Amino acid sequence: MRALTWHGRHDVRVETVPDPEIVNPRDCILKITSTAICGSDLHLYDGYIPTLRAGDVLGHEFMGEVVEVGSKSTLKKGQRVVVPFTISCGDCFFCKKQQFSACDNSNPAETSDASETLMGHAMGAAFGYAHLTGGYAGGQAEYVRVPFSDVGPIVIPDQLEDEKVLFLSDILPTGWMAAENADIEPGDTVAVWGCGPVGLFAIQSAFIMGAHRVIAIDHYPRRLQLAKQMGADVLDYREVEVLEALKEMTGGIGPDAVIDCVGMESHGMAIDNIVDTVKAHTFLATERPHALRQAIIACRKGGRVSIPGVYGGFADKFPLGQVMEKGLTIKTGQTHMQRYLKPLLELIREDKVDTTFLISHREPLEKAAEMYRHWHDEQDTYTKIVLKPEMAKPRTEARQPELATA
Amino acid sequence: MARTPEPPVETVAVEYEEILIIPGEATEIEGSDTGSRAKRRRPSSGVERGGSSNRALIGLGLAAATAGAAFFFARKAGENQNGHYTGPRISDAPDHVLRGKAKEQSANNQDGRALVGRTVTIGKPRQELYAVWREFTRFPEFMDNVRQIEKLDDTRSRWTIEAPMGATVQVVTRIVEDVPGETIAWVSEPESQIETDGRVEFADAPPGRGTYVRLLLRYKPPAGALGRAVAKVMQREPNVQARRDLRRFKQLMETGEIPVNASPSGRKSESPTEARI
Ligand SMILES: NC(=O)c1ccc[n+]([C@@H]2O[C@H](COP(=O)([O-])OP(=O)(O)OC[C@H]3O[C@@H](n4cnc5c(N)ncnc54)[C@H](O)[C@@H]3O)[C@@H](O)[C@H]2O)c1
Ligand SMILES: [Zn+2]
Ligand SMILES: [Zn+2]
Repeated sequence: MRALTWHGRHDVRVETVPDPEIVNPRDCILKITSTAICGSDLHLYDGYIPTLRAGDVLGHEFMGEVVEVGSKSTLKKGQRVVVPFTISCGDCFFCKKQQFSACDNSNPAETSDASETLMGHAMGAAFGYAHLTGGYAGGQAEYVRVPFSDVGPIVIPDQLEDEKVLFLSDILPTGWMAAENADIEPGDTVAVWGCGPVGLFAIQSAFIMGAHRVIAIDHYPRRLQLAKQMGADVLDYREVEVLEALKEMTGGIGPDAVIDCVGMESHGMAIDNIVDTVKAHTFLATERPHALRQAIIACRKGGRVSIPGVYGGFADKFPLGQVMEKGLTIKTGQTHMQRYLKPLLELIREDKVDTTFLISHREPLEKAAEMYRHWHDEQDTYTKIVLKPEMAKPRTEARQPELATA
Repeated sequence: MARTPEPPVETVAVEYEEILIIPGEATEIEGSDTGSRAKRRRPSSGVERGGSSNRALIGLGLAAATAGAAFFFARKAGENQNGHYTGPRISDAPDHVLRGKAKEQSANNQDGRALVGRTVTIGKPRQELYAVWREFTRFPEFMDNVRQIEKLDDTRSRWTIEAPMGATVQVVTRIVEDVPGETIAWVSEPESQIETDGRVEFADAPPGRGTYVRLLLRYKPPAGALGRAVAKVMQREPNVQARRDLRRFKQLMETGEIPVNASPSGRKSESPTEARI
C-alpha cells in the first residue's frame, strides 16, 4: 500500500510499504477514506518529538471502512468508522475511570520503558506518534491496523459525510476537552492562544459551554478571521501587547480561564522565545513555552489554565511562582477521546457544531509530502488539510496480504 | 519459639505466622516431614518459622535450593498495626527500591546476587491471577525469554530459556511454597543450568482496584563461556525483563491479549506482523 513515512527532520515521503495485517483478536483493518494532518504532526516534522524512527508511518487523524476484523472485534466488515488517535484497551483502571489516554495496556511492554523513565509512568499508546507512545503505524496511508477495535472506533451513520465527522478522530474532542478543562462559568471571559484547528474548536466549544466572551490570539490573519467567524474577539500579537490588551478588555481582572492551544513550538520574537529556540536546538530544553508563560501571567487570580497544547519534557523558566501566588488551577493531558465521541457525534448530527469550516485543502494522499511542507510553511493559507487515498490515485494497487516487495 | 537474632533483623508480626531470617546461621527445619533433604544443614542462611501449614513446603524449598542459594523471601506482604493490608512491604523489595543501610541489610541480598522484580496492579481477583500463574505452562505467552515450559509433575517443571547467541538453557524448578490465591515460590533443582529462585505474591489492592502482584526473581548464571554470556545479559537485563514480563501478564489478564505494535513501516527488514522495538 501507499503511506506517508517519516525519514528525518522536514523529510517525509509517500512510499510503498507492506499492508497491515490482523495480529491480535481485537484488531480490525481499516481502508482509509479520509485522513488529516495535525498540528501534532508538525512537532514530529520539526523533529521535536524523540523516538521516531526513519520509516515510521505517520497520521493519527483518520477514518475509513472496516475491511477485516479479528475474532474479538465488535465491528463488521463494511462499517464506516472514525478512529480516535489514542489507543485504549477499555479494561484497565484508567480506561474504566474514563481516563482513556492514560491507558495502562495499549503501549507494548517493549516500548513502555522509555516513557516510564522519562515520565515516571508508561504512557498510553497513539497512532503514528513515535515509539514513546507505542510505535504503532499511523493512518496517513491506504490501510491501517486498529488494535482494540471494540473500544476505540465509533460507527458513523451513512448520511454523514466524511468531512463532517473526520475530526472526531482528534481535534474536535481535543478542543472540547480543552474548554471543559477551563471549567467555564456564566459570565466568564476565556482567552485562547493559537487559532489552529485545536484553538478553533476550543473557541466553539467554549461558547457552547456558556462562555460570555472568548478572546483569541494568533498572528495569522486567516486563522484569526476563522476565530472571529466563530464569535471570538481576536488579537494579533504582532499588533498589540497581549498582556496589556487582555487587561484592558477585562477591566483589569484578566481572563477567568486561559487555554494554550499552541504547544511546544510557540512562534514570535519575544526574548524568552528566542532563548528557548536556542536551548531547544542545543538540547538544553525540550520546549518553547512562550504562549503558555504569557497565558499564565494573563490569567486572573484564582483562574483556570487549560493546556491542550503538546509538551514533551522539560520547560525552562516555567512561571511556577505565578501559578502558586495567584492560586491557579492547571488542567491538561492528551484527550480522553472515547469519553467524547458519542456526545460529539450527536452534536454534529444535530448541526450544533460546525466541523467543516476550517478545511482549506482536500488533496490526494500521494501529495502528502508536499502538503506537510505547506502545512509547515504557510499556516495562514493552510488551515486544515484533508488527504484522500482514493483521490486521483496514480494506479490501483490490490491489497496484498504478504510483505510488499518494494 | 524463635531465637533472638543478633544483629536483629526486622521482624513483622503477621497474625498467623512470623518468619525470621538470620543471615549466616545454620538452619534446621523443625517439625518438618519432608524427608532427608529437608534436614540438610545450610551454611549461608537460616530460617525459622512457626505455626503455619506451609512450613513443610518452605523447608523443602530451602533444602532443594542448591548450595549457596539463600532463601530470600521471608515475610508476608505488609500489614499495619491495625491489621489492614498496606501493600507489598518495602523491606522485602527488590534491590533497585532500596538504598543505603536498608540495602546492605536486606535479608534478600545476603549472598550478593541481585534481587529483581517489581509490583504491578492488575484489575482481576487474586484467585484468578493465581490460577493462571500456577499453571506455569502459560509463561511463554508473556515471558519474553521463556521458550517452553514442560510440566514434570504437580510441583516440578522444566523451563527452556533463551540464552544469548541462539543458545538455550534448561532449568528445572520445584514449587516450594504454594498458598492458593496468595503466593507461589519456586527454586531451581540442582540439575539446572542456572541457579534461580522466584516468587510471586498476590494481595488485594484497595477495594475495587484488583490485585497487587509482586514478582521477585534471583539468578545465578552457570559457569563457563555460556555462563559468562548469560551473566552479561542478565546483569544488564533482568530487571527490565521482569518489568516487561509482568507488564505483559497484566495486559493478557486485563485485555485478553498482548498488545503489539506490529505494523507496516518503510523499513525493508520489518514484517508488519512482527513487533517493532
Ligand atoms: N492534547 C491533545 O490531545 C492534542 C491533540 C491534538 C493536538 N494537540 C496540540 O495542540 C496544539 C495545536 O494544534 P493545532 O493542530 O491547532 O496546531 P497548529 O500548528 O495548526 O496551530 C497552532 C497555532 O498557534 C499559533 N501560535 C504560535 N505561537 C503563538 C503565540 N505565541 N501566541 C498565539 N498563537 C500562537 C500559530 O500561529 C498557529 O496558528 C499542538 O501543540 C498540538 O500538538 C494536542
Ligand atoms: Zn492530532
Ligand atoms: Zn486501558
